[in-house]
Amino acid sequence: MKALCWMGKKDVRIDEVPEPIILNQRDAIVKVSSTAICGSDLHLYNGFIPSMMRGDVLGHEFMGEVVEVGSRVNNLQIGDRVVVPFPIACGACTACEQELYSLCENSNPNAGMAEKMWGHSPAGLFGYSHLLGGFAGGQAEYVRVPFADVGPIKVPNSLSDEQVLLLSDVLPTGYMGADLCALKPSDVVAVWGAGPVGQMAIASARLLGAHKIIAIDRIPYRLDMARDMAGADVVINYDEQDVVEALQELTGGRGPDACIDSVGLEAHSHGLVYAYDKIKQSLRQQTDRPTALREAIRACRNGGVVSVIGVYGGFIDKFPMGAVVNRSLTIKAGQCHVQRYTKILLEQLEKGNLDPSFVVTHRMRLEDASAGYDVFLHKQDECMKVVLKAD
Amino acid sequence: MDQVGHKKNGDRRGAQSALGRGLGWMSLGLGASQVLAPRPANRWVGVREGNVATPAMFVVGVRELLSGMGILRSRHPQRWLWARVLGDVADLALLSYVVHMRRAAKLGNPRTTFAMALVGGVLVTDAVAAARETKRSARPRKRKAREHFKRTITVRRPPEEVYHFWRNFENLSKFMENVVLVTPVGHRRSHWVVQGPLGKAIEWDAEITDDEPGRRIAWRSVEGAEVLNMGTVEFLPAPGDKGTEVHVDIRYEAPGGKAGVAVAKALLKEPGQNVQADLRRLKQVLETGEVVHSDASVQPGPHPARPGGIGMGTRVPPTAH
Repeated sequence: MKALCWMGKKDVRIDEVPEPIILNQRDAIVKVSSTAICGSDLHLYNGFIPSMMRGDVLGHEFMGEVVEVGSRVNNLQIGDRVVVPFPIACGACTACEQELYSLCENSNPNAGMAEKMWGHSPAGLFGYSHLLGGFAGGQAEYVRVPFADVGPIKVPNSLSDEQVLLLSDVLPTGYMGADLCALKPSDVVAVWGAGPVGQMAIASARLLGAHKIIAIDRIPYRLDMARDMAGADVVINYDEQDVVEALQELTGGRGPDACIDSVGLEAHSHGLVYAYDKIKQSLRQQTDRPTALREAIRACRNGGVVSVIGVYGGFIDKFPMGAVVNRSLTIKAGQCHVQRYTKILLEQLEKGNLDPSFVVTHRMRLEDASAGYDVFLHKQDECMKVVLKAD
Repeated sequence: MDQVGHKKNGDRRGAQSALGRGLGWMSLGLGASQVLAPRPANRWVGVREGNVATPAMFVVGVRELLSGMGILRSRHPQRWLWARVLGDVADLALLSYVVHMRRAAKLGNPRTTFAMALVGGVLVTDAVAAARETKRSARPRKRKAREHFKRTITVRRPPEEVYHFWRNFENLSKFMENVVLVTPVGHRRSHWVVQGPLGKAIEWDAEITDDEPGRRIAWRSVEGAEVLNMGTVEFLPAPGDKGTEVHVDIRYEAPGGKAGVAVAKALLKEPGQNVQADLRRLKQVLETGEVVHSDASVQPGPHPARPGGIGMGTRVPPTAH
């Protein structure tokens, strides 16, 4: 079958690989109909994530038709149309029981490696390096889905692929970003990063009833989409304004009650601090660039929440811990516990309260995936999200 | 006191005496200055500039750096200290040549003579240090073929259940990686077949020395085993409804002799990690019913994360089809 393989930094190619087989009795094999490229795939593409091997199949946002099930899968039948969450969760460990699915204690066969890096291992993910399990991803014609009785959700034919595909990752991620803020109706929320996850965070904050939502980015078409489609009240272009100052003005000097970082480790900025971060990163003295995170901490209201859903991998420099401690800030973070949110979000989709498909701007065949990565990375052609058709 | 986690026991590197180490650092310092500033170095020892002088000093500097590194990092530092002694002899020869040439030109040599005296002193020091290190290395080093470590994991099942699973010998190969088969021989004895280095199977008998149902099992390999091992596994209730804390405490001992040590080393390559991985598999089997595989983990050796396919070396688990 055809699959998109990571061949090195900035090198992804369609390769012919064997079709997946059942390895555990709770597996299902899914024939992929649509799959998307994620912003975190770009971290793999740009070579920021360690433990990648030449030939790894990428992709963690996918959906399709069940074509085979293991002997212990009772909830799915061949022919079912499912969307698959990107974290792999067993449903039986303490973490899964607490709905912390991206922390599943059993789904990372390379847990020892992750423990060395981070202290304990999180769950395995589809198509996201050997540190997180070495699972083949979904930018392919077929995928093996472990714990098929826990992850995949059946979706009705009344909703199109583009409407439900985002349940695999970006929609619940944005939603969790807003959820972690414990929003009150009087809250002002600022969202750094108007990429797909940021758009979803804004839309979710709207759904959860925030008082005012502010989007921060520098790309005009992304800010436009945040305002016109996602529901942001105000947009700030950080190329044109000082973000912290603007936020002070918009909040009567208090600062936003909640700040969502949907930028992550490849943050971009201006000035000396950005240069410092880039140099340190290139010398491997710092693995991630926390420009957006620092700004969010600085701007946040005293006693407020900074919700981090952008992806970070390693270590950051010059972290404003003094601000955090002296101003009683709460930092909440995590890889999205997708399985926690899929049911309620699907309900919202079915009711018509939410339609995330507005972020899908580019549609291609799986075979053209490499071009998709390119246009997504360089934000060409007003690209927001690329969806690949595999069937 | 028992250690938590396993400590890397010293493969000792570099000179052990303060004198030796001091000379090592001196070599590094001296070598660095000779390599980075050969001309000033030459001036210090009273050597006039010339076509040969600068490269010669540079080469001497490189030699010093190498000696320094060898003294501080090598497993045989005494060799490098003796090399220093030879180097000092060579330096004395070079310097005396310089003195000879300058005398022939009726020039004085205060600096060079002084340098020679210094080198002479260093030569004696080097020789003393080298002798000291040689004596030290001749002492038989105790080969540590003994390992003791503890590992733990929490399993979301009641202690009685985890105990019963472990107590049934036939379950052990389901989660212990190198174990091929464990068969009961009577109620308290078992016969173990373990995958050893180079595919060779290693076998031994073990017996249970203590058995507290629901709480604790202690075992010991029976005499004659190639690798003596003994251990305990305790099943303690975890706080709240988290299940059972499984605490394993294992000791391995190779009885000595080259074969035993080799076997022990191969089997025990990162033994702490192997035990932790076994405990993770125990947890997976008890909580999810199976050992969890990824597309990469069923392939032998490092392999990209892609489906292996039948006949491509995929180690398909026995229950799969």
